[in-house]
This record gives sequence, structure tokens and C-alpha cells, in this order.
Amino acid sequence: MLKNNKNNYGIVAILLHWISAITIFGLFGLGFWMVDLSYYSEWYKTAPSIHKSIGMILFFIVLFRLFWKTINIKPIPIGNKFEIKISKIVHFLLYLLMLTIFISGYLISTSDGRGIEIFNFITIPSLGEFIENQESVMGSIHKYSTYTLMVLVGLHSIAALKHHFVNKDNTLKRMIKTK
Amino acid sequence: MKKLLLATAILATSAFSVNAADYKVDYEGAHAAIQFKIQHLGYSWLTGRFNKFDGEFSYDPAKIEDSKINMTIDVGSVDSNHAERDKHLRSPDFLNAKKYPTATFVSTDIINQGDGEFDVVGDLTLNGVTKQVVIDAELVGEGKDPWGGYRAGFTGETTFALKDFDIQKELGAASTHVTLELNIEGIKK
Repeated sequence: MLKNNKNNYGIVAILLHWISAITIFGLFGLGFWMVDLSYYSEWYKTAPSIHKSIGMILFFIVLFRLFWKTINIKPIPIGNKFEIKISKIVHFLLYLLMLTIFISGYLISTSDGRGIEIFNFITIPSLGEFIENQESVMGSIHKYSTYTLMVLVGLHSIAALKHHFVNKDNTLKRMIKTK
Repeated sequence: MKKLLLATAILATSAFSVNAADYKVDYEGAHAAIQFKIQHLGYSWLTGRFNKFDGEFSYDPAKIEDSKINMTIDVGSVDSNHAERDKHLRSPDFLNAKKYPTATFVSTDIINQGDGEFDVVGDLTLNGVTKQVVIDAELVGEGKDPWGGYRAGFTGETTFALKDFDIQKELGAASTHVTLELNIEGIKK
């Protein structure tokens, strides 16, 4: 089953969810590590280049994910009214932060007119500089929205585990297996 | 006798007219630049500049020692023609631009070396550290401009260790020092 129905997620939504999750953890770790590399580290140039390439690819995946979301129905949420309300806010913020991080990351590297090369394959062109010292302003936005995202990811995971182990409901299971 | 008096009077006036005059650095018209260069790996020079700065000086060709200069630089305006590097240069690894947004240079002493060359001794404040540096300076030229003003221009440079200003980032043995190059044109106030 590719598409969602009213009780279950389709395989596409499940794959998109877990690809985003794993890639975000990877990018967070890589980004956190690479900013403190010494100038003479052999990773000094490759790590940021991998980070940017994967980041741009994930950007396009998430755009497709949002498109997929709009052409699918949303399975009926599980939980009480309060939980459903909170989960809606958290899901919205997760998407908003992801987009903020992609866009700010893109705007760091492209503010001098240089494009972003995806694995020496294609170059995403620059749109130029929109604000003064764009790279530094966007750098701060990129950093703090990432920290915020990771906190919300923690909350999102704890909530999933709570549903699974405390409420013993279908919330996590239906994000792992399609029916 | 009258002629002699007149000549003395003219001389005296002209002597006065070359007395120390105050100049404003022509930042508006961008006839001034503050650039830097540092070795990259020992293989080439990396250059960059500060796009925003201001300053003024007083200059008396007859008494160079009485001249003065002070400059203020917006360190966040650093521009090495590479956004990712500029972001890094503004970070606490280098210029710490958020904590110390301005760098200043205030001259304390000018030593005339003759032939239009002089040492400008002064206090450079950068990254929150104030240290004495000596700018090896030279008069490029002075005179009337075509638009009714009077200008004087200088070039100078000074080299210091990054560590002197508490910039601890390790860039390798060839890149421990940076050279600041100043090209300053002033318009007489």
C-alpha cells in the first residue's frame, strides 16, 4: 500500500519519515563535529561538502514529503484531545524548523554568489545576498533552529515511546509497518 | 624695506596655511581602504578587506611629529570574497565580531623618517585586546582636488601576530602573522 488510509500510513509516508529521521541525525552529528575541525584535518573540506550535499538532497526529499502529505489523507490521530493538539503543534514545528534549517543553510553558503555543489554532480545556483552579513545571520539561525529541532525531536520520540510502552497503542507501530 | 615686509608677511601667511590641518578620511567617496593579507599554507597570499570603517587625521607636513590619526573599523564588515570564510572570520575563532564589533587604531607618536616616510606608533584594539603597533607609512601625495577641496593621501602597513590579539585559531606555521595594509585619503575639513 503506497498511500495512507484513515488508519494507517502507506509505505511512501513511512519511508519518507524514516529517511528524514536518520538523515537529520546524521546531518546534526556531522554538522556539530565539523565546525570544530582543525584547519589541517583531512575532513576540513570534505565534511562541510558532504553536509551541504546531503542537506540539499534532504531538502528536496522533504519538499516531496510535504507534497505527498497534501495528496494523502492523514490517518486518524491516536490519543486524547490534549495529546492530539500538542502533537499537531509539534508536527507543524518540526516541518517549519526543517524548512528553516534547509533555507538558512542554503543562504549561508550561497551569500557570496557561489552555488552549492551536490556531490560534484549538480550545482544548485545562488540567489545572491538578500541581507547584510547574510552568512553570519543565517549561520546563527541555522544553529539555533537546529538545536530547537533536536529538542522537539526528543519530545516527539518520547511521545512515540510513551504511546508504545505506556498506552500500548498503535502510534509507533503504524509508523514502522504498513498494513 | 616695504617689499621685504610684504614678502615676510606673505611667507608668514603661507607658513600658517600649511599648519596642521584636520582631514576626514574619504570613506564616503571610497578613496580609502583597509586590507589584510595572510599566508595560506605558505603557498599564497590570502587577501581581504574591511568594507566599513571611518577615521580622521591631522597632518602638518612641516611638523610631521605633531600629526595624529585615529581609525575605527567595523570588524563585521570583513570581506574575503568567500561567505563561508567571512562567517568563520567573524566567529570567536578569529575576530569575535559579535562581542567586539569595532577595532580601533589611535596614534600615539609619529616618528619622521624623512623623504615622506614615517612610523605611526599607536594603539590597535582588536578582539578586545589593545596593543601597540607601528605602521610603516608614507605620504603618497597631497594637493587640491578638481572639485574645490584639498586632499592628502597615505599608504602604510603593519604586521602582527594573530596570537598578540588573542586569536588562537591554528592556521599553520606560515600563517601566524597578518599584515594590515592601509590606503588612506583624507579631505581637509
